[in-house]
Amino acid sequence: MSMTHLDRLEAESIHILREVAAEAKKPVFLYSIGKDSSVMLHLARKAFAPAPPPFPLLHIASGWDFRAMLEHRDRTAAALGMELIVWHNDAAAADGVNPFDTPTPVYTRLMLTEALRAALDAGGYDAILGGGRRDEEKARAKERIVSVRGRNHRWDPKRQRPELWNLYNLKVNAGESVRVFPISNWTERDIWEYIEREAIDVVPLYLAAKRPTVVRDGTILMVDDERFPLAEGEVIEERLIRFRTMGCYPLTGAMESDADTLPKMIAEMAASRTSERQGRVIDRDESASMEVKKREGYF
Amino acid sequence: MQDLLRFITCGSVDDGKSTLIGRLLWDCQLLMEDQRVALAADSKRVGTQGEDIDFALLVDGLAAEREQGITIDVAYRFFATPKRRFIVADCPGHEQYTRNMATGASTADAAVILIDASKGVLTQTRRHSHIVRLLGLRHLVLAVNKMDLVDNDRATFEAIVADYRAFADEEGIGAVTAIPLSGLKGDNVMERSAATPWYDGPTLIEALETLPVELDAEVARPFRMPVQLVSRPNADFRGYAGQIVAGTVRPGDAVRLLPSGRTTGIARIVTMDGDLGQASAGQSVTLTFADEVDCSRGETIAAAEAPPQQSDQFEAALVWLGEQELVPGRGYTLKLATQSVTATVQPPKYELNVNSGEHLAAKTLGLNAIGVVELATDAPLVFEPYGESRALGGFVLVDKTSNDTVAAGMIHFALRRAQNVHWQHIEIGREAHAAQKGQRPCVVWLTGLSGAGKSTIANLVEKRLHALGRHSFLLDGDNVRHGLNRDLGFTETDRIENIRRVGEVAKLMADAGLIVVTAFISPFRAEREMVRRMLPEGEFLEVFVDAPLSVAEERDPKGLYAKARSGALKNFTGIDSPYEAPERPDLRIDTTAMSPEDAAEAIVEAVLGQR
Repeated sequence: MSMTHLDRLEAESIHILREVAAEAKKPVFLYSIGKDSSVMLHLARKAFAPAPPPFPLLHIASGWDFRAMLEHRDRTAAALGMELIVWHNDAAAADGVNPFDTPTPVYTRLMLTEALRAALDAGGYDAILGGGRRDEEKARAKERIVSVRGRNHRWDPKRQRPELWNLYNLKVNAGESVRVFPISNWTERDIWEYIEREAIDVVPLYLAAKRPTVVRDGTILMVDDERFPLAEGEVIEERLIRFRTMGCYPLTGAMESDADTLPKMIAEMAASRTSERQGRVIDRDESASMEVKKREGYF
Repeated sequence: MQDLLRFITCGSVDDGKSTLIGRLLWDCQLLMEDQRVALAADSKRVGTQGEDIDFALLVDGLAAEREQGITIDVAYRFFATPKRRFIVADCPGHEQYTRNMATGASTADAAVILIDASKGVLTQTRRHSHIVRLLGLRHLVLAVNKMDLVDNDRATFEAIVADYRAFADEEGIGAVTAIPLSGLKGDNVMERSAATPWYDGPTLIEALETLPVELDAEVARPFRMPVQLVSRPNADFRGYAGQIVAGTVRPGDAVRLLPSGRTTGIARIVTMDGDLGQASAGQSVTLTFADEVDCSRGETIAAAEAPPQQSDQFEAALVWLGEQELVPGRGYTLKLATQSVTATVQPPKYELNVNSGEHLAAKTLGLNAIGVVELATDAPLVFEPYGESRALGGFVLVDKTSNDTVAAGMIHFALRRAQNVHWQHIEIGREAHAAQKGQRPCVVWLTGLSGAGKSTIANLVEKRLHALGRHSFLLDGDNVRHGLNRDLGFTETDRIENIRRVGEVAKLMADAGLIVVTAFISPFRAEREMVRRMLPEGEFLEVFVDAPLSVAEERDPKGLYAKARSGALKNFTGIDSPYEAPERPDLRIDTTAMSPEDAAEAIVEAVLGQR
């Protein structure tokens, strides 16, 4: 009986998740509610079954997440009986930081990176599981499965530990931590094929439906709640759309699509000529921007 | 059903690895429009191909790499054909990044070695072939690249292949598939090229699609699964989770647990989706046993009739990965499968000149060096020679202070002496000795800077113990160096050996029932930990005789600081050699606040309060 590529990826990810559970003192699962998180959570359940995964879920809420994501998050945590920690940068929100008026890099740093750092400091976690994949971006392609962050969560690409075979070094000194990426070797296509194979429940926004939208600077944005300020001349129109990635709704571009089932969506993606991050406003600064953000502690 | 092949690409700087991978991604239609647009823009800005697309920029993603136009680190890339999916580790060509190549090779099934057709077999080709063989990759594709630069000349290709085969045969490198191609033009990469009508072998992609995947070979071997963790969600379930590294297991199979040697049977193979009838190499599963037997992380579950070996002394090849060179004698954490032990490495038997294959004399190994060493572990390891099993023969060494991964190792074999030197069973054991003396033995380890007051306090401690009728002995740093350790100097290596020997002597004395007091600077945390581990739990008392450097230097009872400051004394702790203060000593004596008498009293109290 030969293993398929999905079998091999699954077995590898389970091995990594178990190593973290065995060797880390206080691991936490960074749950961003997207497709990658969903797959990783499914893998974590498989890794520890019949026991539940031995770590809490941590969600960094910007305050501007799609409502459907929050519903999915609460439903999932309740169904699995896992502890859910939600962290939000209240101080920045009170200062009026928001994705419409605050410059994107500042918004991202305060609501995502700073909130993450604060949550990790408060929890004293030594291993943070994340759903990063090496195929997402060039700086990610160089990422270790276990990546050491120094004090203050900084990443130094020149001081990465060599990682051989399936031997992961999770040892850290006081104040340091590791970020662990159990699905490093998966591609976007693997993720969707696995979601289909395993019938994993994902946020419905990945599938096409009529949704209220506005087109701004060539990007289709979904008007998810009444906080969306319309500019002069902008009108809300119903469009048949879906999303390829999830994030803050004012910063996540949708695509017009009629793929309302998983098989249709996978077929459409296979024929697609754009990458998944194309819709992410926060990635559009400069070609090394992911690297810059990662150095500051972004996931 | 698609399967997965992992391979590495390697070769010299500028022989076009990144270009070839970029070409594979491009031709497999895996590049998206926005990525193509970004690539075109980047090519214009920082590319090296004029107005043409610079495929190399697809893979060299880090800012520092773009600045320097080189690949610094392994990049993992993905592509697929209808037949197979691929994960390729793009390994840097630069000599100083050899460790990264070893890293990429450790998880690969095959290697593609690039040769620039206009340059032929280079030193770097040999170097990389050595490492590929060392890491045990059995399938090699020789990609003779840039054929367009030599007018696609058949004779040139054949001469290079003959040259390489001669070298490969000498090295014992197995099957090699040689392909003439051009990454830049795409010749013989995905499509057979009209430029080489004389070539009738496979294209690169055809070769990659048909190479066997290593896992298939592992399935045929006897069953082995290192235990990662024990799953006990409730009183009724006790499962052992792990990834099978070799063979197949079925319910009812007899297994042996190592190192304990206990045997039991497999009851169930548990997964979230239900029990399995069998599971094979590569699968992550949870097993339950037929009997209530004790088993924990680090143990290996193996076929009862064909278990792997165990030993605590090995010969192994080491690839040194650390910025700081190997310190022979120092304890490193060794990780092999799910086992973690402390290992000490002897000075290398030789260092390999990876360019020529020559064996060179060496005292240590520096960054990127490959050597053959003997090493000893503080507990037996369940293992197999690396040539038989990567999973049970490959290990890493981790520095205990920095926690950096400093070496990759491949076990050749267990040393025979580990099997032949047995512990002599002694009728009168340590308990009997201690009982006769009416005391519990221990080692009181005073550490601190020169001049901190260790010897003074140690003397007072012993006098006090003596007065109380206790049997003790004082081991003093200077005295030991006049006799037992007079062959040792003050280099880092010698200091470590000094402490190792003192530790062994202290241990023998404790076995004889004595309370041993020692006074040694013992500057390195790792060595103090080594001695702690030699003794039973609770019989090592680390006492930090704490004096600020300025205070110790002011006291300077032996005039050594003055000598060190003047440069007449080298490697002096605190001056040009580091002192690593204990992080959690059992007792800390603040010599600026406490008299030697009070300090001695506190130590004696701690010693006698132990029982």
